Amino acid sequence: MNLDHNILTIITFTPLVGAIVLALLPDRDKLQQWGALAVTLLTFLFTLHLPFHYNSAVPAGSFQFEQSCPWITSPAIGYHLGVDGLSMWFVVLTGLLAPLGVLISWRAIDSRRRLFYVLFLLQQVAMLGIFVSLDLFLYYAYWELSLVPMALLIAAFGRTENRRRAAIKFFLYAFIPSAILLVAVLWLYARTGTFDYPRLAELAVSHGISSNPTALWLASLAFLAAFAVKVPIFPLHGWLADAVSEAPTAAVMVIAGKLGLYSLLRFYLGIFPGQAHRIAPLMIALGAIGIVYGALLALVQKDLKRLAAFGTLGHVSVVILGIFAFTVSGIDGGIYQTLNEGIGGSALFMLLGLLYERYRTYDMREYGGLAARLPWVVTMFVLTALSVTGLPLLNGFVGEFLVLSGSMQSTISHHIGWTTLATTGVILTASYMLWMIQRVFYGDLGPRSESITAPDLELREHLALWPLVALFLFMGVASPVFMNVIDTAGTKIAERVNHIQAVNMNFDASAKPAATTQTMTASTKGAR
Amino acid sequence: MWLWATIKAPGAPESIHSTITLFGNSWISVSGFHADFAFTVDHLTAIMLGVVTCVGFLIHLYSVGYMAHEEGYWRFFAYLNLFMFFMLVLVLSANFLLLFVGWEGVGLASYLLIGFYFKKDSAANAGKKAFIVNRIGDFGFLLAMFLMISHFGSLDFATVFSAVSAHPEWHGGFLTAIALLLVVGATGKSAQIPLYVWLPDAMEGPTPVSALIHAATMVTAGIYMVARSHVIFDRSPYALGVVAIIGAATAFFAACIGMVQHDIKRVLAYSTVSQLGYMFLACGVGAYTAGIFHLLTHAFFKALLFLAAGSVIHALSGEQDMRKMGGLRKRIPVTFWTMTMGVFAIAGLPPLAGFFSKDEILFQAFVSPNPIGKLLWLVGLITAGMTSFYMFRLWFKTFFGEERFEEHTDHGHGHDDHHGHGVHESPLVMTLPLMVLALLSIIGGWVGVPAALGGHDEIGAFLEPVLSPAVTVTEVVSHSTELGLAAVSVLVALLGLFIAYALYYKKPGTAASYAQKFPALYRLVDNKFYVDEIYQGVIVTPLLMFSRLILGTIFDGGVVGGAGYAAGASTRGLGSLVRRIQSGNIRSYAGWLALGAAAVIAVMIFGHSLWLH
Repeated sequence: MNLDHNILTIITFTPLVGAIVLALLPDRDKLQQWGALAVTLLTFLFTLHLPFHYNSAVPAGSFQFEQSCPWITSPAIGYHLGVDGLSMWFVVLTGLLAPLGVLISWRAIDSRRRLFYVLFLLQQVAMLGIFVSLDLFLYYAYWELSLVPMALLIAAFGRTENRRRAAIKFFLYAFIPSAILLVAVLWLYARTGTFDYPRLAELAVSHGISSNPTALWLASLAFLAAFAVKVPIFPLHGWLADAVSEAPTAAVMVIAGKLGLYSLLRFYLGIFPGQAHRIAPLMIALGAIGIVYGALLALVQKDLKRLAAFGTLGHVSVVILGIFAFTVSGIDGGIYQTLNEGIGGSALFMLLGLLYERYRTYDMREYGGLAARLPWVVTMFVLTALSVTGLPLLNGFVGEFLVLSGSMQSTISHHIGWTTLATTGVILTASYMLWMIQRVFYGDLGPRSESITAPDLELREHLALWPLVALFLFMGVASPVFMNVIDTAGTKIAERVNHIQAVNMNFDASAKPAATTQTMTASTKGAR
Repeated sequence: MWLWATIKAPGAPESIHSTITLFGNSWISVSGFHADFAFTVDHLTAIMLGVVTCVGFLIHLYSVGYMAHEEGYWRFFAYLNLFMFFMLVLVLSANFLLLFVGWEGVGLASYLLIGFYFKKDSAANAGKKAFIVNRIGDFGFLLAMFLMISHFGSLDFATVFSAVSAHPEWHGGFLTAIALLLVVGATGKSAQIPLYVWLPDAMEGPTPVSALIHAATMVTAGIYMVARSHVIFDRSPYALGVVAIIGAATAFFAACIGMVQHDIKRVLAYSTVSQLGYMFLACGVGAYTAGIFHLLTHAFFKALLFLAAGSVIHALSGEQDMRKMGGLRKRIPVTFWTMTMGVFAIAGLPPLAGFFSKDEILFQAFVSPNPIGKLLWLVGLITAGMTSFYMFRLWFKTFFGEERFEEHTDHGHGHDDHHGHGVHESPLVMTLPLMVLALLSIIGGWVGVPAALGGHDEIGAFLEPVLSPAVTVTEVVSHSTELGLAAVSVLVALLGLFIAYALYYKKPGTAASYAQKFPALYRLVDNKFYVDEIYQGVIVTPLLMFSRLILGTIFDGGVVGGAGYAAGASTRGLGSLVRRIQSGNIRSYAGWLALGAAAVIAVMIFGHSLWLH
């Protein structure tokens, strides 16, 4: 049987079917855990089909494993799925993280397990759907779906009595821009008569979407706002620290980063390349500021989870800088760094979660001196910290290096200054990470770590952490395995955006000769 | 585990006389940029390999004895070999990126080994400080690499250097920028002003680590890197001048602090910083060969000094304070005699190793075309006298005079050793490396005897193909000048010896009375010029305060959070409005949403004539 034509449907619907089955099963013993584990493992196996059957000889820009059939005729909504070099590894990563999330929640979630795992699987359905949908309407449906389970997970399984508030905050932050996104999506349909992404992308290149630059600009801002909040991009990160510090580990692992970043790369840059170019100077500034801002705030947190939340802000900002540098290195590095953030961030939150399981606190001042008692935990922790810090031969370095070198070669104005600012992130990231390790693991025993004697990693936790740690090293030394596919997509995106820029400049040249000279000088200076 | 190093040691290809490059798999490959796992061996690498494997092996051997009674024996050797791996990557790499891998990797190993006694706060702090300060240097190194990618499209040594060679018209400009950023990296790793502060604290690590990483090998990576990229530096007299000034200033400054330290390892640490300054000075005046020569001899005698100091500490069950030593000459004779060789070598007394290499640097500074060359030479000369002084101070205080230590202490200071059983000579596994290194400290300099003294300067000839100097000025200076300069430095070294002899052997206690005459000056130097406090007060604390108050409370709590609350409140207000109008259920919510969306669409489609174009 050839799976290639419906593998994506199978991938998306396996967790959905799993969620329905779990909902019907009783919440007894470990039934829900084992059920969720089986479903997520099965999904992961299906996602592995993609890299093994991906044809890298196919020219860039076309989709593979495509499935397309009309769904609703009027308005013309299609059931159109497909992946390319951009989305393929995101699908696999989502597949991988889910079983690990189940393993790490095994004991942490001890009541209302059925609710938890059903929501968890629904969340996975939404994420997978976002990565594989090529129809804008379908995509939007999954996008909205992704908000609800997460908000409910925070509200129902939050750590403190603040969980309601954090959930509402998360939901509002995400929902308001999403509503505006819907408006923009519908407007696009009204202008072009299609929700089909490849078609829209073609129209965008040939300036066929709308001749009204203001409307196009507003629509692009609607897209950008929705994605920017989801990423989150500084200063729209208001929801992040609260949501992260409340949400259970398995939910935190997927809360930030890849959904928004993928959507930016695919839909924002795909449909609004010209507008993206216009706003790029602002975005690389926000990216660079976000890196430093996140790291500085992480440096002064006392709560481990808030520290990691601000660290996350810093790491997604690296991706923003890379994406909006509009160089191949920057975009490739940005995609790679998004994967890294998913892996490294997950490992970090898992480790924090299992510390919490043992000592019931995220307050750093309560910890200290654990290195001698928990040798495995400290080993994993240091490896994760080194990966996040961007130590060469681990995965973080490849992405970070490409992003920063890419933004140094950019043609966006002021890129050298912003790159320099962003590079100070390597100092600050190392500072807060090492500071955290020292506070938790070195020195004398803290009040909490002294009074409670907790065991080191058990088998289940080993199983949850080792795949990620192995990936740190593998992605650090064998990056071409992943990069071959990513590079085809990255090159394509960079080409399209820069092509539009060239066209715009010609257009400007005929209209406003004076202004162009300036632009030309700037771009030649950068291109040298 | 040290067998691993044994196998590596004979493999050091010291006899290779041509460049060998091995290309491995590609590591990072995207359209427009490519980096391989590629290794290369040339003459410069061969010398570094020799130093790293030879000293590395001896220190592994020594550690077998030194660490025998420690907890975490296997952990120590695992880290030490991790270090060896990265150090070899560093010197073998064929491109800047792989060099950076080794660069960061040795930093990691250094972090882990300094913090080896992680239960001690001071050790954990020192490890963290070393890593972060090195990261500041890496920041410069990374930016230098980004600039290289922008200008050359590659990080391969061959590509970059041939691109520079192919454009003789390139001078200064971006090459200066690259060179200066590389210098930032080198000051971090090689502990130069302003980033030297981590090295003295790094002495919290076990003594073999101080010998291997923080004296003989890792800290010389910066000098290696500058020498390796000398093609770039040669094009930028400005950057070279900066290197020379940093080197001379660091050499002098660290020597000042070294003169008043009481901890035997800290004296050696400041001495290392100071000697690294000499190497920097050599590179700065374009005498890369002299720099590498001093690197070689310094690796021998400084490793020896640290290991001998470790042996002293071992003998005294963990005591590091020189005020509690004295008269050890008879008690630990092997340590005494080998350390004596090290002290004479570093003081620059002929015919030991340090004399030839240090003299070469001073000579090159003297004859360099640098406008302040003579001043640099003078600073170097004074520093040589100070070096001689503080080393003989250490020597007299430790091995001569009355015995000021307590015997049969049950516990040392819990630092390196936890077994006290009287003052004793170390076992053969520790003294053997001492003897080998002592021998090397004596004869190590003979590979670079200059023509003026009847030698052949073999090391210069050996390094010629890699480090061919841009301008050769040696011809214009007569041999008599060179001999005269050598005589002056020997005299200065002897003067240092004499002062130390007078102050610490003849009349112990005189030094203290001198110190009391200038209390302010003494306190200033004793507190290391308050550099740590200044960094803490001017950079770290304000940065943390700024982050906590301005960013954390005012901006993040106020602006970012406030926007969130406003959004929440307005929506809640809207919600209650909706509740009042309707039942407030999902359907009405969706209805409102749809209505609003429709309104906005209508405006977008039909109302664009209202907006400016």
